[in-house]
Formats: sequence, structure tokens, C-alpha cells
Amino acid sequence: MTRRAVLGNWVVPLGVFVALAFVPKLNVTIPKLFDNSISSPGTLQLLGACLLLGALALTYDLQFGFTGLLSFGHALYIALGVYLSNIAITDWHWTFWVAILFTMGVAFVLAIVLGFVSLRVGGIAFAMVTLAFAQAGAVLALKDPHHWTHGEEGLGADYTKLPHAFVGIFNTKNLYWLALAFLAFVFFVVRWAIESSPGRVWQAIRENEQRVEVLGMRPHLFKLQSFVLSSTLAAAGGIVYMLLYSGSTLAVTAPTFTLTLLLMVVIGGAGSRWGAVLGGILYTYLNDRLVAVGSSSTVEGLPRALRTPLEQPLFLLGTIFILIVFFLPGGIAGIAARGRPSGLRRLQETIRPEPTLAAPQEDA
Amino acid sequence: MSTLLLLTLTGFGLGAMYFLIASGLSLIYGLMGVLNFAHGAFISVGAYATWWTEAHLFSGVHSFVLRFLLAALMGLVIGAVFAALVELVLIRPLYNRHIDQVLVTVGLQLAFVALLVGIWGPDAKSFVVPPWLHETTNVAGARIPNDRWVEIATAAAVLALLQLFLRRTRYGLIIRAGVENRAMVQALGIDVRKAFTLVFAIGGVAAAVAGVLSGVYFNVVGPEQGTSLLIFAFIVVVIGGLGSIGGSAVAAMVVALTQQYTNYYASSGIGDMVVVLLLGVVLLARPRGFAGAAVGARA
Repeated sequence: MTRRAVLGNWVVPLGVFVALAFVPKLNVTIPKLFDNSISSPGTLQLLGACLLLGALALTYDLQFGFTGLLSFGHALYIALGVYLSNIAITDWHWTFWVAILFTMGVAFVLAIVLGFVSLRVGGIAFAMVTLAFAQAGAVLALKDPHHWTHGEEGLGADYTKLPHAFVGIFNTKNLYWLALAFLAFVFFVVRWAIESSPGRVWQAIRENEQRVEVLGMRPHLFKLQSFVLSSTLAAAGGIVYMLLYSGSTLAVTAPTFTLTLLLMVVIGGAGSRWGAVLGGILYTYLNDRLVAVGSSSTVEGLPRALRTPLEQPLFLLGTIFILIVFFLPGGIAGIAARGRPSGLRRLQETIRPEPTLAAPQEDA
Repeated sequence: MSTLLLLTLTGFGLGAMYFLIASGLSLIYGLMGVLNFAHGAFISVGAYATWWTEAHLFSGVHSFVLRFLLAALMGLVIGAVFAALVELVLIRPLYNRHIDQVLVTVGLQLAFVALLVGIWGPDAKSFVVPPWLHETTNVAGARIPNDRWVEIATAAAVLALLQLFLRRTRYGLIIRAGVENRAMVQALGIDVRKAFTLVFAIGGVAAAVAGVLSGVYFNVVGPEQGTSLLIFAFIVVVIGGLGSIGGSAVAAMVVALTQQYTNYYASSGIGDMVVVLLLGVVLLARPRGFAGAAVGARA
């Protein structure tokens, strides 16, 4: 490994994550950006949510940006993590760790089964089918046939069963660290996965599925791998989500939730790890803070026709998203990478210097 | 027996809406390879435009029925114009970038729902319709709400008009040929882009009709109504086969009836699950749908 590769692969990401770990110790206020001091529970909760959504956006990017699978049902697996872990703890009175292992097991199996079925179709039909499965999950959570999810009320977690470190306002900093640790975990797992040899095939499928087939590989199996890994990581993120909000609400089951993940990834830059993470963080932050902008005195002074859209964060974010699709393909990461070789060429450059790696040659 | 009849006709009413939405989606996808997520916005445009013009623009019209019809007509016109504008401004510049086109329609759908919430609030508004629609007609002992007839008749009329248009007119021919093989149509020197705007406008009208009917069916219009109908329309499109109007019509009825029967005889909500299960079964057995061209071959 060259010195530069060590720097890029380990030193920079680890440095960023370690630096972020000191955030709860900062007792400073940044006016305008945050209402309270950085170390206050409210701000830490928001920052934790930003990091968690950054991680969840990255899990989505694994199948969308790196494998080319446009799923509209990613929320199903997040919701599974959010709800099933909580149901096992609160409704069935299981211990925390058993509940988590069970949830992860169910998510893994469900991802294999549903992935197998929905990957029988490709492209847009895949998007619709995943959406339908997610909708079934959303209906199940809403109608609540077994009185487990409590429908629209949501299900507050039985805090006596949760690890004490994650309960109570005083421990918000621990939740922040949990979200950060999860982000770091997802980041390194995703990097390991896409640099593994199946990971190279995923990216080849994204570029040209037929060519992969011609090379004698079965795209279906590789796509399923990516889908299952991404969905299982999403379910793990769901458990963190449940802890962060100490309960489960229907918001995570809505198909719109997957669409917001898509927005995050595209705004940040699909097919880029930092891009997806940054998109998730930025989106979550803006979604929270734009509400404050909407109710600020500057906006209230505006005429109604201007004020109404400004009060709706999703309207602004949706508009930003459309503008990015039009004028900035590659998202935020695309700006940073401008002038550098494109993704595919970069991939080849990393393959070539190591003659021992018999990678399938993609001609440019 | 009377319950079964009521369920069946209600199912047809619901299926009528699914069909109206799915036919536009299916045509747009078949011709352009675009999954139009903004179709949910088209539904809402039709519903809200009718609701708003009925209360504001046509409040002077005395006849209840006439006022409603005028408002519904306005809803359709605004729906068509809106859909055509979306195609011209947002879809056309991204020609041949299918995924980006889908992304733009997703962004539009989310932003549009947010805008509706911003302007008229998150709560559903009550939809005023002529009282006759909420009376019931006695058929073989079953009391059928009159609006069901209107929904079924409207969908049947739209199906007939669409088929007539597609089979008997020059533009219909171009659209059908384009669904089969777009490159060949272009090679013959026909500007297929005009047909794009046209199918968007047609899809917009059909979705707006569905929006008005959903107002009649549910008695309310709400910002999220379009999205929830859209999801079942997607299922209908996949089951029916992308690009096939006839397939959409059959699939819409199958889906809606399955939903109605199981929601009543099993338990509420189970019907929605069964429909998704049906989708899974159809995909495993026939990945191309009932009557479809190659699903997903274009994207």
C-alpha cells in the first residue's frame, strides 16, 4: 500500500471520527447554527441524528450508488430494526441483547427472501416492487393486528430493559457516541465490501450489467449480496434509531422515508462514501434547522406567497435536490472531485499498480 | 349476497381509480422509460384544483351539479397543463437520462406535497359533491352508494376513449409504435418528442380524474392522498405489465377486488398485504406481468 493510500484509507477517516468523538466535550455556543451549547442534550441529539442518518444514507448508497439498484423500499429494513427490537423488548419482555440478535437475524433472512423475489425484475420494476413490500410493512405497523406496534401512537421503549448508558437526557452524549460508532462501523464495512472482489463486480453491474453476464458471472447473485448487506446494515441502524429516540414511530415506515434517503445520497453524491454521509448529515441538519428559519422574524415579515414555501423544509430540500440533479450531477462530492479523474478511471488506476491483483480488465 | 354485491361494486369503484392512475403511468413508462413519481402530484392537482375552484371560482353558480362539473372540468384542465409543463420543463432536458428523470419526479412529488401542506395545511379538506352521489341505490337488496356508479362509468369511458385514441388516430399510432420500438419510430423521421408531451398530458388528465374521483370516494382531499393511491397504482402497473392499457385495466380490478374482499372477510389491512403477496407471486411466475413488454428491460 502506498503512503498516500494509507493516509486516505485509514488516517483521514479515523482522524475525522476521533475528532467528532470530542464534540460532546465542547461547551461552546455557535449562534445561528445551533440554539444551545454544543454539549447540551438537545444539540447532541440533533447531531447524533445527523450522524445516524449519514450512516443510513451510506447503507442506501451501497445498493444505489455502488450497485445501481434503485430501491424505494429501504425504509422497510430500517423500520424493522426500529420496531422489531422494540417489540421484543417492550411487548415480549426479552432481554436487550437477545432482542437485538433476533432482530438482526430476522432482517438478514427477510432481506434474502424479499431480495431474491424483487431482484427477479430489474430497473424501474425493481423500484416499484421494493416500494410495494415497504408499503406492506408500513400497513402492518399502522394496522397493528397483534397490538404490538400501537399504530399511530407509536411504541415507547421500556427503558428499564435498555442498557442504562442509553437512558435519560443526561446520557444523550452516549447516544451521540453510539451513532458516531455506528457511522464509523458502516463506513469501514462499506469500504471493505466495495473493495472486495464481489464489490468490484457490483460496480461493474452498475456500469454495464450485460457485460458482467457475458464475462460468465451471474449478476443476480451479486446484486443479492449487495442488497442483503445493505439491508442488514440498515436494520442495525434501525436499532440505533430506536435507542436514539427511545421508541418507535410510524415516520420510519413511510415510503417517503426511503425517498428522503435517496435525496440525501443524491445531494451528497451517489457512489461516493463521504458524499452519502455528508448528504445524510446535511439533509438532517437542514430539515431540522430550516423549521427555525421558517419561523424566524425575517421570514415572518415576507408576503404570504414567499413565506409559505420557506416554512416547509421538505419543499426547499426537494427543490435543492431537483437543482442538483440538473446542474450538479455527482452532488457535493462531485464538486470536490472536479479536476480529479472520474470514478471509473480512478478505480482502474488503483487496480493497475498491483500486478498481483488479477482484476477483470474493464476497458475504458 | 347483498354484502358481496356491495363489496364488489365498491371494489370496482376503487379499481376505477387505480386504473386511471395506472394507465397514465403505464403509457409514460412504455413510451419514455420514465417511472413518473410525480403522478401523485398530478392526482393532487386534480383534486385540489376541483376543490378550490368549486369553493372560489364557481361559487356563483347555483346549480349544485353544474358547479361540481365545472370545477371538475377545471381540475382536469389544470391537471393536463401541469403535467405537460412538468414534461417540458423537468423531463425533456434530461432526455435519455432515465434514472435522473425518475429522481426529478421524486423530488417534485416530495416538494409538491410539502407545498400543499404549506398552503392548505396537513389536514384533509372535506370535498363537497352533489348530494345525489352519497345517496344509495337499491340493487338486489344491496344499498350501493351512487358514487360507485360514477367511478365505474368514468373509468370505463376513459378506457374506451384511450383505446379509441390509441387505435384510431395518427398520434395514437405513433404512441403505440413508440412503446414497441422508439428508435425505429425516430428512424422513420417522426418527432417522437411531441408524443412525450402528449402522453404526459393524457396521463395528467387521467390522474386528475382519479384525483376528483378520490375526493368523491373518500369525501375528502388531503396532501398524502395522492401518494397512497400511487403506491397501489404501481402494483397494478407491474402486475398488469408495463406499457399495456388493457393489462392495467384487468390488474386494477383484480387488485381492488382482492383488497376489498380480504379487508372485509379477513381483517382490515390484510387486504393490502395480500395484494403485495399477489405481486410477489406474479413476479415469481411471470416477471413480465399479465400482458407486459419486458419489464425493466429499458431502465
